[in-house]
Amino acid sequence: MSARTLFDKLWESHVVKELPDGVSLLYIDRHLVYEATSPQAFAGLRSARRKVWRPETVLATADHTVPTTTAERSAPVSIADPLARIQIAQLSRNCGEFGVTEFSLSDPRQGIIHVIGPEQGATLPGMTVIAGDSHTSTHGAFAALAFGVGTSDVEHVLATQCLPMRKPQPMLVQVDGALAPGVSAKDLILAIIGKLGTAGGTGHAIEFAGSAISALSMEGRMTLCNMAIEAGARVGLVAVDEHTIAYLKDRPFGPGPEHWDGAVAYWRTLTSDPGAPFSRVVRFDAAQVRPMVTWGTSPEMVVSIEDQVPDPAQEPDPVRASGMERALAYMGLQPGTRIADIALDKVFIGSCTNGRIEDLRVAADVLRRTPGARVAPTIRQALVVPGSGLVKAQAEAEGLHQVFLDAGFEWRAPGCSMCVGMNADRLAPGERCASTSNRNFEGRQGAQGRTHLVSPAMAAAAAIAGHFRDIRS
Amino acid sequence: MQKFTHIASVVAPLDRANVDTDAIIPKQFMKSIERTGFGANLFDEWRYLDQGELGQDCSQRPRNPEFPLNQPRYQRAQILLTRANFGCGSSREHAVWALYDAGFRVLIAPSFADIFHANCFKCGILPIVLAPDTVDGLFQELAPTPGYTLEIDLPAQRIVTPKGTVIAFQIDPFRKHCLLNGLDDIALTLNDADAIHAYEARRREREPWLFPARRTGG
Repeated sequence: MSARTLFDKLWESHVVKELPDGVSLLYIDRHLVYEATSPQAFAGLRSARRKVWRPETVLATADHTVPTTTAERSAPVSIADPLARIQIAQLSRNCGEFGVTEFSLSDPRQGIIHVIGPEQGATLPGMTVIAGDSHTSTHGAFAALAFGVGTSDVEHVLATQCLPMRKPQPMLVQVDGALAPGVSAKDLILAIIGKLGTAGGTGHAIEFAGSAISALSMEGRMTLCNMAIEAGARVGLVAVDEHTIAYLKDRPFGPGPEHWDGAVAYWRTLTSDPGAPFSRVVRFDAAQVRPMVTWGTSPEMVVSIEDQVPDPAQEPDPVRASGMERALAYMGLQPGTRIADIALDKVFIGSCTNGRIEDLRVAADVLRRTPGARVAPTIRQALVVPGSGLVKAQAEAEGLHQVFLDAGFEWRAPGCSMCVGMNADRLAPGERCASTSNRNFEGRQGAQGRTHLVSPAMAAAAAIAGHFRDIRS
Repeated sequence: MQKFTHIASVVAPLDRANVDTDAIIPKQFMKSIERTGFGANLFDEWRYLDQGELGQDCSQRPRNPEFPLNQPRYQRAQILLTRANFGCGSSREHAVWALYDAGFRVLIAPSFADIFHANCFKCGILPIVLAPDTVDGLFQELAPTPGYTLEIDLPAQRIVTPKGTVIAFQIDPFRKHCLLNGLDDIALTLNDADAIHAYEARRREREPWLFPARRTGG
């Protein structure tokens, strides 16, 4: 057989049937469901009198709209926002009616779907994983073919376990060399998006490979694949290696002891064959990556901490130049301003991009290494929101919560929180935030809010300084 | 899903690249558990000068006069002309529902984000990809021409401009077929139930850990 990419292997092993015109009916192994994009799908099933095809493949939890304060989480009725309360209750009703496993708000396993999937071993190599959320690309870190879909497709998979899909093109992002101390997977993916552009991966499934990727932890790989969608690629992938297998050992939803060896043997085949053809190859030198900060309203609008806010007058393409002008006006920034001089109002550490235990360790470490570290008086709020209840418990067992609390951060309960601003955690108009999340779109963290995407270490350092600071200095 | 064949309509311009789904329908409206009613909040943060909330009466809200969709000449437009990478970001289908609810049936751009593009077809909206220069030309023709109308002929895959210029466009044949016939693609897939069961039997053989006898962990 000719050399195949990891993506080709995953795709081909899930084709139920070839449909006309180059469309394949693809089988879906795991479906993660949450409150905001599923009610209409369950309603569709109900009105068409359809059942869920394999309820045991579906795992549900509420994450987008959930409150992150303990007071509001004591019971479903304590949620202050009536719309969120209805939506979260509707999810529980739907899961009950259709026989779907749900981690309720009081369950210690509740959290952001893209954190709990891998954490539970519900995401495994060789699977197809979908969710009604674009950051489903996260799960590709485990050599799973994972992608976000809309609500109609959520309904389609609930009803049929399948999706008619046209095959994207495999693309290789090869990253060799070593990341410098203080430079993280977040900085790497921001640098990649800066180079590819926000549509650079459209129509493609990106595999990240190279010595820099092999060196990343599973958490780092998840951060990388999570933001593949910000480069336009629905799918991000990393091949299976020892990190992958070690991470998955003894996870509750993973293979039991009777299947473990067989599973591992199969998973080890989930790599791209030498010489496998990619439709596009882009190379990066990890050593050149510096701590990155977005300055605009698209993740591609990104520079390093050493740089300045760029000048639209220097941009030859008129559509891009007008986009830059609009972004600068929205962000309240002048061309030529040093990134390190940008003062902040809020700091957010969390999200499906950077809400895992490693992220919290790195951020807490920045505080520990700064004697008497305190959130700067000019910062109105600094939030740490663990990605799941289990991440929260782990962090508390390690004493990380105390480090954050001692420095003046708020320590919250898990959810998407200020990444998407669907609960009470959001920016007020004009507020400027250093955020470890994934999107700096207009209004993303709150109407008229201004988002700068950074790594957890950079966010922690910015909280202390009140402005961006080079974590390496 | 409504069948889609021909449309002749005034065209509304949205002259920006990388319009994301957060801009098309801000997140607070995703708290709805309905599939309809999003039209008044389409492009909410650009269209209105105040902050929108779900369920509010939008008729009395202050509108941004600069925003094209607020201008009288673009009312009742069913075609939106825009720039590259339209619909990037979040997978929320609410963005497509909002466009549909506001009357849009055709979107024309040099490119669309993948998930958004797929969502359009599920909801009866036709996203047409044209070369950047062609899109540029349409923007230039439209600006000085109040009432600028395009005719969209899906069966023939062509657009006719007011001057009679014919622009051909490409579309995936399967998606075209579904749009033309207003097909419920879930029913189509369920026609293949036997193939799905057969596939599951093969996978169970090869990856038995994906088919546990009882639910684990849950």
